[in-house]
Amino acid sequence: MVAKIQVTANINGEEVEFLCEPRQSLLEILRDELKLTGSKEGCNNGNCGACSVILDGVLVNSCVVLGGEVDGCKVETIEGVMGPEGLHPLQQAFLKNAALQCGICTPGFIMASKALLDKKPKATEADIRLWCAGNLCRCTGYDKIVRAIIDAEAQLEVNK
Amino acid sequence: MQAFEYAAPKNLAEALVLLEQKGTNARIMSGGTDLIVQVRENRRDLELIVDGKKIPELMELSYDSSDGLTLGASVPCYRFYENEQIEKLYPGLVDAASLIGGTAIQNRASFGGNLCNSSPAADSIPALVAHSAVCLIAGSNGTRKVPVEDFCTGPGKNVLEPNELLVSFLIPPPAKNFGAHYLRFIPRNEMDIAVVGCGASLKLDDDKKTVKHARISLGAVAPTTLLVGEAAVELEGKQIDNGLIEKAAAVAKAAARPISDMRGTKEYRVHLAGVLTRRALQKSLERAKGV
Repeated sequence: MVAKIQVTANINGEEVEFLCEPRQSLLEILRDELKLTGSKEGCNNGNCGACSVILDGVLVNSCVVLGGEVDGCKVETIEGVMGPEGLHPLQQAFLKNAALQCGICTPGFIMASKALLDKKPKATEADIRLWCAGNLCRCTGYDKIVRAIIDAEAQLEVNK
Repeated sequence: MQAFEYAAPKNLAEALVLLEQKGTNARIMSGGTDLIVQVRENRRDLELIVDGKKIPELMELSYDSSDGLTLGASVPCYRFYENEQIEKLYPGLVDAASLIGGTAIQNRASFGGNLCNSSPAADSIPALVAHSAVCLIAGSNGTRKVPVEDFCTGPGKNVLEPNELLVSFLIPPPAKNFGAHYLRFIPRNEMDIAVVGCGASLKLDDDKKTVKHARISLGAVAPTTLLVGEAAVELEGKQIDNGLIEKAAAVAKAAARPISDMRGTKEYRVHLAGVLTRRALQKSLERAKGV
């Protein structure tokens, strides 16, 4: 039995300490140990983006990050997106535009598009489509998702 | 997933001690986009994963006009295209970095990892070869340098000894009138594995017509990335035009010795090798002329 690693990370603004088997992925830690089940396991090999989280400001697939790697890091997950005033504009726009059906890809899409809009508040539709190419949706055909992100972008601009 | 240990050494010496102890049962990890998946799918048995991202030399990204670019083996792809200097001076590297996987993969995957994974279809390798990159390798007995084109020895195989690790790439500063390009063919617009990839670079004389130096490199047409020296010979010392580019492309095409697989037949890949060489040279020429 391999010894567990002690990890301290800032998850959604809170200092969290946990013990992690070296083989556990960040996704497994989030879901199984910390009970943050918003991030989804789709392919578990870095293809589908359902497990997207923001690690130290950078979008990653949490299924291909080891839990042990995030010691001292800042992790943002879907559970931390909602603010004190309620749903984030991206979450509202996804609801308004019916940009989800089964919902498995949705947390990943919201984290991916949040990472984009954090970095590039005036992203074009082409930017959005290219940026989100690593997030797969098998229900919507993507159009509603892209429209939701464009809507949220406009709302974020108004909120400034 | 199989059980393994994880270590994140803070310097090269510590990492080398770990490799000396564990040999082939240990492996350096950068972004983990290949390694974690391979271990999870039991395609690789490991006792220890050594994270390279805390080792300063593996994360170095610096440019010096006399020595050129030092690109640490674990530097993720996104850091190249967020760097204006690299974008301007090493366009072939940026071409490759911006088409490996999607955003989240580019945020983790490194050229060092891509090279050590040693896939015949790796996107970074022909680009590195076009830019004449040299690998700096460290081992317990000291360091050595190996040109990128000599690093891989077969699919998944390379010159690294079990007690060695890839530290960085040393990439010479581009000369005046230099241009490079990497492109690949895939059946979709984004996010796929190269059916064929081609990296090219051209250095022109002051007349911006005569080729002083050329490099053409093909991926996914042989067990390892090819540096097609004879295609460069076809170009060097001559005035470049479309006819000459066609001749060099024909030579590159003749050098391709691919296999048929699910991504393409042998014949198709040979055809692509010619087409991509032509396009890579045309784009390199534009860039060399500063068009």
